[in-house]
Amino acid sequence: MSWPALYAQLVGANRHSTSLGKTWLSVLFIFRVMVLVVAAESVWGDEQSDFTCNTLQPGCENVCYDQFFPVSHIRLWCLQLVFVSAPTLLVAMYVAYRNHRDKRKAGFLSTKGLDEELETLKKRRLPITGALWWTYACSLVFRLLFEAGFMYALYVVYDGFQMPRLVQCDQWPCPNLVDCFISRPTEKTIFTVFMATASSICMVLNVAELVYLVAKAVNSCFSTKTSDPSKAHSSQDNIHLAASLLSPVADGISSRQHIMYMYTYHC
Amino acid sequence: MPLTPPAEPDPEPKMNWASFYAVISGVNRHSTGIGRIWLSVLFIFRILVLVVAAESVWGDEKSGFTCNTQQPGCNSVCYDQFFPISHIRLWALQLILVSTPALLVAMHVAHRRHVDKRLYKLSGRSNPKDLEQIKTQKMKITGALWWTYIISLLFRIIFEVTFMYVFYMIYPGYKMIRLVKCDSYPCPNTVDCFVSRPTEKTVFTVFMLAVSGVCILLNIAEVVFLVGKACSKHLHNAGDSTMGAWIQQKLCSF
Repeated sequence: MSWPALYAQLVGANRHSTSLGKTWLSVLFIFRVMVLVVAAESVWGDEQSDFTCNTLQPGCENVCYDQFFPVSHIRLWCLQLVFVSAPTLLVAMYVAYRNHRDKRKAGFLSTKGLDEELETLKKRRLPITGALWWTYACSLVFRLLFEAGFMYALYVVYDGFQMPRLVQCDQWPCPNLVDCFISRPTEKTIFTVFMATASSICMVLNVAELVYLVAKAVNSCFSTKTSDPSKAHSSQDNIHLAASLLSPVADGISSRQHIMYMYTYHC
Repeated sequence: MPLTPPAEPDPEPKMNWASFYAVISGVNRHSTGIGRIWLSVLFIFRILVLVVAAESVWGDEKSGFTCNTQQPGCNSVCYDQFFPISHIRLWALQLILVSTPALLVAMHVAHRRHVDKRLYKLSGRSNPKDLEQIKTQKMKITGALWWTYIISLLFRIIFEVTFMYVFYMIYPGYKMIRLVKCDSYPCPNTVDCFVSRPTEKTVFTVFMLAVSGVCILLNIAEVVFLVGKACSKHLHNAGDSTMGAWIQQKLCSF
């Protein structure tokens, strides 16, 4: 089980996401997981071996390191990424449940082979309505909570996002107050700020997605209440117009653009 | 003497440049010829060189950084003062940021395919063959996709130039010096600190900057090519008799 395995799981669930959800997944994997693995892990690689205290007292360095770094940044970020990705699996589980239920229904009614039915069910994209909407919205809320929670935890444990060069420690067995020096503090600060920024961008995307879903639901609620039966007839006309125009068109522009222009001309 | 069994292949694939390559090279199908050359230069002369050579040159940058003092902590502090961020990390960030605008193009292509699928379904052509055809057909770089492509190229150029500037600001002259003098606390007085492998680092820095310059030139050439192609198509179409004039009239009224 590793990052690519998680990626494979999330991409599967991603088919039922909105465009914002797909953007969120790309930002997560490229700017957070990728940067963590190829760059940040090597910066924090020597964090304990290069943590030096101005004393020869055995055990003092260990104790001081443990006091100032209860959980390493790298581990906090790994946990954050795992927790933040988990709610998407809720959506994947719901979709699997729906497929299973529809497969049972289809098994009773259809004459096609069961394998074919299952393939069709797996390949379809479910619209985000009803119970799936609620599952999706819950997963977004949980993502936001986890992101905010982990950012707050990082801020509280390390007293801000900046890594100091020097910490002063007087835990037993250190004699008196000793100076301890952290390795690569500036580089660590740069990466901490980068990861916090990427995390904020992900939070903004999640909020935008939530607002979009709510607006879409409210909009469809209003439109079903006020829908006009006569409009349905004219939309059928336009569909037939589009169909008749979707025949090979002469050279020049693509058939798709031709249809769009004619469609808007006739509307 | 018993034969040693062959080493087991790594069962856990890592999230690394190889998987990044898989993601980015998918965009390749919709690029121009120059775009494909750019992508090859990026992967062969930058990412591959970074992974197989540069990372081992900078591997001992901290452990090999030695100061002429026994004062504990002086090494760490001086290293941090002169190397706020390592070359390797800067290059890794540069490569990631420079490659991501290509994903804008991929998203646009996916959106267009989705719209085409919907139109096909509306017109009744929803058999699997037609839908497969949409997936495999190569998109022409026209219309809104042209603008997305141009914007992605401009972002690439901006990121490349920004990183070259950041490099210049942090490491003036692009040269790695052998000796730095440091007097930050807790170093007593001014101490001499010696950088490990300065010449080799200079060679690789110059190489990576040269390839970065080549990539910028390729991107500029691609922008010029696309703009030139669009202009010539526009002029050709404007010169055409009935069809072109009709389209232009519709475009104006739209």
